[in-house]
Amino acid sequence: MPESSLEFKDTGTGSVECRAAPVRQFSQSSLTLHRSSHMLNSFCTEHNVQECLSHINQEVSSLGLPPVWTESTGSTEINVVAVLNCMYDLIQLHRRGLRTLENMEAEQLKSSSNVDYLQITTTRLKEQLEQSRRENTAILERERQLQLKMKSLQNCLKNEKEEVQKLQNIIASRASQYNHEMKRKEREFNKLKERLNQLLVDKKEKKQAIDVLNNIGRADGKRSLWRTEKTEAKHEGEMYKTLLSDYDARQKELLLENAELNKVLQQMKKDIVTILSARKPTLKRSEQQDNCIQQADSEEEDEVFDSTKEGVDQYCVHAREKLTHSIRLQWRKLKRHVERLDSQASLAQMDDTKATDAVPREIHEEEMERLREEIQQCKDFIHTQQQLLHQQLSSPCDEETASLLSDCYMLQEKESLREEWATLEEQRKIFERERRNFTEAAIRLSHERKAFEDDRAMWLKHQFLNMSPFSDSKKPHMSKSKSACLLSETKATAASAQRKLIKCPSETSSSSPRFIPHKSKSTADLYHTLCLIPENSSTKPKKKTERFVESSISLNGNAQVQRHDSDD
Amino acid sequence: MLIFHKGGNKEQNYISQKAKNTSTSTKIVKEQLYYMMNFSEVFKQSNQLCKVSPDGKYLATCVQYRLVVRDVSTLQILQLYTCLDQISHMEWSSDSLFILCAMYKRGIVQVWSLEQPDWHCKIDEGSIGLLSSRWSPDGRHILNTTEFHLRITVWSLCTKAVSYIKYPKVCQKGIDFSRDGCYMALAERRDCKDYVSVFVCDDWHLLRHFETETQDLAGLEWSPNGCVLAVWDSCLEYKVLTYSLDGRLLSIYSAYEWSLGVKSVTWSPSSQFLAIGSYDEKVRILNHITWKKMAQFEHLATINNPKAVVYKEVERRPAVGSDDLSLHNITIGATLFNTQSQYEICPPPVHIPVVKPDPERANPKIGVSALAFSSDSRYLATKNDNMSSAVWVWDMQKMTLEAVLEQTSAVRCFQWDPRHPRLALCTGNTKLYLWSPAGCVSVQVPTEGGFQVQSLNWHCSGDSLILLSKEQLCLCYMDSDQEDK
Repeated sequence: MPESSLEFKDTGTGSVECRAAPVRQFSQSSLTLHRSSHMLNSFCTEHNVQECLSHINQEVSSLGLPPVWTESTGSTEINVVAVLNCMYDLIQLHRRGLRTLENMEAEQLKSSSNVDYLQITTTRLKEQLEQSRRENTAILERERQLQLKMKSLQNCLKNEKEEVQKLQNIIASRASQYNHEMKRKEREFNKLKERLNQLLVDKKEKKQAIDVLNNIGRADGKRSLWRTEKTEAKHEGEMYKTLLSDYDARQKELLLENAELNKVLQQMKKDIVTILSARKPTLKRSEQQDNCIQQADSEEEDEVFDSTKEGVDQYCVHAREKLTHSIRLQWRKLKRHVERLDSQASLAQMDDTKATDAVPREIHEEEMERLREEIQQCKDFIHTQQQLLHQQLSSPCDEETASLLSDCYMLQEKESLREEWATLEEQRKIFERERRNFTEAAIRLSHERKAFEDDRAMWLKHQFLNMSPFSDSKKPHMSKSKSACLLSETKATAASAQRKLIKCPSETSSSSPRFIPHKSKSTADLYHTLCLIPENSSTKPKKKTERFVESSISLNGNAQVQRHDSDD
Repeated sequence: MLIFHKGGNKEQNYISQKAKNTSTSTKIVKEQLYYMMNFSEVFKQSNQLCKVSPDGKYLATCVQYRLVVRDVSTLQILQLYTCLDQISHMEWSSDSLFILCAMYKRGIVQVWSLEQPDWHCKIDEGSIGLLSSRWSPDGRHILNTTEFHLRITVWSLCTKAVSYIKYPKVCQKGIDFSRDGCYMALAERRDCKDYVSVFVCDDWHLLRHFETETQDLAGLEWSPNGCVLAVWDSCLEYKVLTYSLDGRLLSIYSAYEWSLGVKSVTWSPSSQFLAIGSYDEKVRILNHITWKKMAQFEHLATINNPKAVVYKEVERRPAVGSDDLSLHNITIGATLFNTQSQYEICPPPVHIPVVKPDPERANPKIGVSALAFSSDSRYLATKNDNMSSAVWVWDMQKMTLEAVLEQTSAVRCFQWDPRHPRLALCTGNTKLYLWSPAGCVSVQVPTEGGFQVQSLNWHCSGDSLILLSKEQLCLCYMDSDQEDK
């Protein structure tokens, strides 16, 4: 193998003509060696020049080189050029040969090391092989053992199974035997019982007996009845009656429960319908894709609504079916709706993220523009200010005098302001005092008024007590219409109050005229009512006079009227 | 010579109790409930025979061979009857006019009249023997089961007539009267098959007779409305059948196969639920419309439910317990040797002590053996035999666990107040325990010498409780006026 690879390499490097060369070289060298052994240093002598020439010529030609010497010329002269060329070629050949030899040696070395390596690996592999073989045999051995074990276990199992079967059989047979025995025993027992019974019945000396002082009546007080077919029928009847009543009760319970459940279902359905109908407009706006489904939905819904109208008879099978069906439909829709909502929510989230980008962009832009303008304005402003400042600074004005002047102005101003302040403060104090006086007066006045009111009340009471029968008949009527009239009154009295202010000033002695018109008005009214003369009916609206007639009868009502008026 | 007065030993117990536990368990809302309880003097009694008449006016107790009838309100003796032998069973007639005293050893039944003390009646079953004796619902007939369940003898007090019912089955509960007293269902065994006979109690006419689909019928019970009969198989097979009054099979229910099955069955007072307790420590609730299971209550050893309130009875010596008077009961005049106890609310998870049953022995102590609905059908109280110190209260509206009462000793007996949702229980010590939705209390029975409550019975008005020790009895009055405080 190494040789062939070597040769291969050689052909790769050398030319085509050189392919045959080594072989021949080989033979040639052996020949020369052979010959050299005969004649060591004397290949060419003077005698055999010709022969040598021809020999060399032959040799050279055999090497595929141009002949050194041609016989045709016939001269012994050798063509020097040809010889030199030939020599050169030969040297070249020699070199090439050496080179190839080197190569081949290197190759040889490489291959030998390769061989070594391969040898090592083969030995290792052999060892491995050996080991695995051993393992294999061990495993095989174990397997064999296991199989043996398994076989024995299988045998065992089989035995056990047989044992179990046997035991089961035994148990079964025992059980049957036992049952049989038991039955036999029971029969015997029964026979014995019979016998014992017989014996006991036959036995005379100690018989069973009842000793009762006197018979007692039945618990229900009735007499016992003879047993007839009638009683039998009655018993049957009663039994079925109890059973029936039980079933009735149970049915009623179930009906109740059913009704309850139906109610719940109806309620649920209603709720679902409301939920679904509520979301409908929004949906229609937002969703075009679901149009067909939507239509179907609406159709279904209509149907559902119909069924609710029909579902009066809830126990009817038809209605029930319809109800459950509609509920199912609604439920499905609700589910779909919720799913849709879910998807919408997720979509909306995505939209939101987009929208936060998209919408504010324009606003952003605008804002930016605006801000920029603002900045520009500010800059301008600053600029002008700076300019002004600059101008001021540049103008040759003595600062001290200016400041003095301004101070002067300021002082003057301050002085005048202080004075003004003092006068104002004084005025304020005066006003304060006056106000206090006024309030005191007002308080006094109110006290007086109250006293007067009390007096008047007393007087009225007196008056009423004198003429009660009339007022009594009016009272209930008034309480009814009071509140309504009061409202209308409050609006209507503004004008009348003023009128009365002019009308009856002589009655009041109080200095403050503010409260007089109301009081005088009510007193005037009182007079009207007491005298029962609707004298002002021509000027006042009719309703109002009626009101006065009614309300002024009770003190309480009167007070209310007054309060309202004062509010005005 | 035997005159006792109520109130001779009046003891007052002010009990305050923590009431509700919110779901977080850290926050405990305290709600103070004051019960005023008065305890009567202690009377003698034997064989735990002590019964209040159905009308609630009289209290009959048996002392050896004597029958003592007292007025419930005054506890004064009204009548005293002397029987022929030690009384082994005593029962009031439905109209509260007669009392039946059975002496099983002698095979004799004696009947006494409350209205006519001179009147007497003696029924001798003779050599056939007597196993059990009971009144018929009309209070005019006595049903005697003879030895070996040979037959049932029906004695009429009106006519002295005797009738026999053959083939009664030997089982847990083979006979049941409907609540209205019209019908009697009787389990029978003929030719190795189970049958049920329905009699009209009025004239003992056989209304229906049908074979049941059971291997070995263990019991039967009428629904409170008297329209459905529940029949269950023996514990070897889980099978509960319901039959209509007219003998039609309504349903068959079986929760599982192959392991021990039904242990107890109870109807709710509303006839709406049928509760089945079984050996797998579960209670299954059937409904009355489809007869299918609508809920299942498991009795787990670890309670994780944060909504259930777990009351744990904690005992402490009186010397130690005096510091925190407001939180537990104060028993005036309590004997020094009695430990005081109080309930503490335990936050979940709570571990209930479990006793592993011995698998080698028959009738293992496991599974739900006692079930009781409150009078308003709102609550169900249960007891699981391998957690004998705990009583479980279930809410029937929410179908969840409402409360667990973990006692220091095994629960002997529990009973619901016939009027209010209030559960009384006893554990064979000197205390009486009460549970209501508002809270839980333990009360020391204030008697000298220690009154160990073995069983208890509510008075039909729900105002008082009859507590029974081995040989004594004591009445406990609950003042309902004080309850609202």
